[in-house]
Amino acid sequence: MTLSTLLTIAVPEIIILIAAMSVLLLGVFYKNTTSLFGITQLTLLIAAYFTAQLPIDVKLTAFNEMFIADSLSMFLKLLSYFALSLVLIYSRSFLQSRNLHNGEFYALTLFALLGINLIISSCHLLSLYMGLELLSLSLYTLVAFDRNRPEATEAAMKYFVLGAVASGFLLYGFSMLYGITGSLQIAEISSRLADASINPVVLSFALVFVVVGIAFKFGAAPFQLWVPDVYQGSATPITMFIGSVPKFASVAMLIRLLFQGLDHMVLDWQAMLLIMAIVSMLFGNITAIAQTKIKRLLAYSAISHVGFMFLGLATGTITGIASALMYIAVYVLMTLASFGLIIHLSNQGKELDQITDLSGLGKHKPWCAFLLLLIFLSLAGIPPTIGFYAKFSIIQATIQFGWIWPAVIAVMSALIGIFYYLRIIKIAYFDEPGKNLNQISKSSNNELSVTLSINTLSLLIIGLFPSSLMDIATLTSALIF
Amino acid sequence: MTGILSLAIWTPIVFGIILLLVQDKLSTTLTYRLGNLFGFISFLVTLPLYIYFDKGFSGFQFQEIYPWINHFSINYHLGLDGISLPLVLLTSFISWLVIFISSNSIQRAIGFYISAFLILSGLMIGVFLALDAILYYVFWEAMLIPMFLLIGIWGGPNRVYATIKFFLYTVLGSLLMLVAFIYLYNQTASFAILDFYTKPLSLNIQVLIFLAFFMAFAVKIPMWPVHTWLPDAHVEAPTGGSVILAAIMLKLGGYSFIRFAMPISPDALIFLKPFLIGLSLIAIVYIAFVAIVQTDIKKLIAYSSISHMGFVTLGLFILNPLGFEGGYVQMISHGFISAALFFAIGVLYDRMHSRNISDYRGVINSMPIFGSFFVLFAMANSGLPGTSGFVGEFLVILGAMQDHFWIAFFASLTLIFGATYSLWLVKRIIFGEVKNKKIAALKDLNGKEFFVMSVLALMTLAIGIYPALITDITNQSSQMMLGLIQQSKIL
Repeated sequence: MTLSTLLTIAVPEIIILIAAMSVLLLGVFYKNTTSLFGITQLTLLIAAYFTAQLPIDVKLTAFNEMFIADSLSMFLKLLSYFALSLVLIYSRSFLQSRNLHNGEFYALTLFALLGINLIISSCHLLSLYMGLELLSLSLYTLVAFDRNRPEATEAAMKYFVLGAVASGFLLYGFSMLYGITGSLQIAEISSRLADASINPVVLSFALVFVVVGIAFKFGAAPFQLWVPDVYQGSATPITMFIGSVPKFASVAMLIRLLFQGLDHMVLDWQAMLLIMAIVSMLFGNITAIAQTKIKRLLAYSAISHVGFMFLGLATGTITGIASALMYIAVYVLMTLASFGLIIHLSNQGKELDQITDLSGLGKHKPWCAFLLLLIFLSLAGIPPTIGFYAKFSIIQATIQFGWIWPAVIAVMSALIGIFYYLRIIKIAYFDEPGKNLNQISKSSNNELSVTLSINTLSLLIIGLFPSSLMDIATLTSALIF
Repeated sequence: MTGILSLAIWTPIVFGIILLLVQDKLSTTLTYRLGNLFGFISFLVTLPLYIYFDKGFSGFQFQEIYPWINHFSINYHLGLDGISLPLVLLTSFISWLVIFISSNSIQRAIGFYISAFLILSGLMIGVFLALDAILYYVFWEAMLIPMFLLIGIWGGPNRVYATIKFFLYTVLGSLLMLVAFIYLYNQTASFAILDFYTKPLSLNIQVLIFLAFFMAFAVKIPMWPVHTWLPDAHVEAPTGGSVILAAIMLKLGGYSFIRFAMPISPDALIFLKPFLIGLSLIAIVYIAFVAIVQTDIKKLIAYSSISHMGFVTLGLFILNPLGFEGGYVQMISHGFISAALFFAIGVLYDRMHSRNISDYRGVINSMPIFGSFFVLFAMANSGLPGTSGFVGEFLVILGAMQDHFWIAFFASLTLIFGATYSLWLVKRIIFGEVKNKKIAALKDLNGKEFFVMSVLALMTLAIGIYPALITDITNQSSQMMLGLIQQSKIL
């Protein structure tokens, strides 16, 4: 392998690394944070350009088979750049108004992105773990970013402790895999596991540890405890970031480890994923009903959405992967819009915290209320929004696999979900305005509102013409193996 | 003539969106006038469907088919047959009347109100015309959104409870229907309804599919015991909302039984026939009793709707041509009569702001024209010969008689009970001494109200005197549907 091919494959990561370090340095000496914002966005654009240059139908590896570029990595990386770019646009004015807008924010998000890219592109347990730690450490710091707020510190502490335990689980599982197969290369692990002489007890333990670690990172029930606290405690832009971009890394991790590495154990992890899927969907949706704070509600809704994604992946089929990829893309788009709306409504120093703060929105800000309607209908999966097609593909994959009852449970839990999403729409449209709205009211940030409008309308427009997104997800998943 | 179906669907939706965008800039009167014009044009664009319709052809006409979601071979596929045509016309016509009369009762945000109705009407027409299961499903669910907002924003004091209950009940059923659709897709590799018709299925599967459809459509019609959302929704909805609910939304359930549940799972239908007829008879008899004791006018009419829709389901599930025809005519007839009754309640409510029967007496003394109309519609509601209410009920009872004497016996009890609650309502509200000064001071119908009442009266009488107006259109298609239903699909 020549240096030039190596460079072509990893050039987006190299660019991100250089940018992250330069932003870190520049942030110390150079106080014009607007240009740091520009540099970061430009980095994302360049990285996206180089990522898109790679061939989609060929698998290229580099660094001694530790790093892979294939259709999955291309799909997830491009989505990550796009999502991060939106996060940055949404965050800027929020951070500025709270004196949090500094170079470290951009440096940390870029480091997190590097970790995400590394996970997405890893075909080796070591590089995967390295990416995971890079991502996690950046996220812990980001959660504690607003260090004067005790909730943020508390959330960061919780996140750190539980995240470290999860990483420990994963690492323990990895070490067992290494012990029985003698390799850390994912494809090699897969081929050696085909051998009948593998000790099944150690293998089962390794599988359980790996699955638990993945479930922790996803925030799937019963490993969801950190999710609500971290969502609630972090500053809204950080919550938005944590709730969106790292999900791409989690899904890549799951596909790389379970579908590509432990594919011989499919019957075993299928059952685990199915159970976690059902528990997450029901637990997330039922608990969300009782929430009074909007970020906490979105946290529980995130758990239920992870359940849906797990249901698609649990089928262990290509269709299942395609549906999960479709779901994750749609879910991230919806998450960005929902937190974007919260940021838009919290812009003057006062946070939008309680759900009841939204009351009377329909009268005072009809456009905002309309966007809210679209976002929550999409989260609830009501056509013609894109949220419907995401759920539709998952249920389709489930039924195609022959699981009728899991599909019925999924739609029933979606029904429970509709109840609390409707409650929010009800509060925004039907309730009399409370006094809070006046305090929140007008924000005149055009950049933010235009982005939010486009982001939200895309939920409807892609919903009317979902064909191309479905085709891309299908193509991606078909080319993974 | 391709394109006229899309035109019928998208004209009101596009108008609704335009109105939504411009309403801020216009005065209330101008908004109303524009909305009224939009409503009227939306009605006009459905007329070509009737004019160019070929009554001798049993299949789908004016078909449009474009690929939409290739990955699941979902198409934008529309088609019109004799079963959907009368319902499409009913929808566009009643929607226009609702918009036409809205200026009487709606004070705030009239532009939003009218555009919600326009969009709703386009979506409902879409449900009647879709020949692709997913297209149908999208229209079916999307329809809930404007209705949810209509009840929630312009409804009565308990509107939030009513509208959420309405939404959740409907979605509960339709999600199971979606599972059934996807199951059928995995069997046929297509979402085209016509492909579903020809797919052989075992009885077990048919029963499960039928029950999934049943959950969706029985809630919508509504059949006993999943009817409880309807009285709440009716009572809380604004007049227009109640009219659309009773006149059209309930028909979506009946139509969908004909279009999906019956031809896709005909053996399950025969298997479950006693159960279905039992439920229909309970609705007819028991709900009629419930209607008698109501103290709220709207609730009384709501229960009477459920009881009448029991006739529709009885006619459909009795599985003979007479019953089928009767059930269908009853749907259209009920569309006009229930719309008229809810409009009439709206007329009273706008003046008195009360729906309690005990607040009224002797209305005829101050409102003679209104009183006459009300008596006519109440009579039609109880099935007086010469009105459309009679035709449907008579045919259904005849059909039931062919099947079994006792079914016909219980069904015909409704002629007594229907007359009881309708005429007793008339006696308490319209006739008698004038109760108080407020009633003595009531003004009779204004021009708009008179227009709405008289066209509805005209339609009720026209169908009553010359039912071939409907049956000529439906004849060929219903024979084809019955043919499909009578063919076993078990391999």
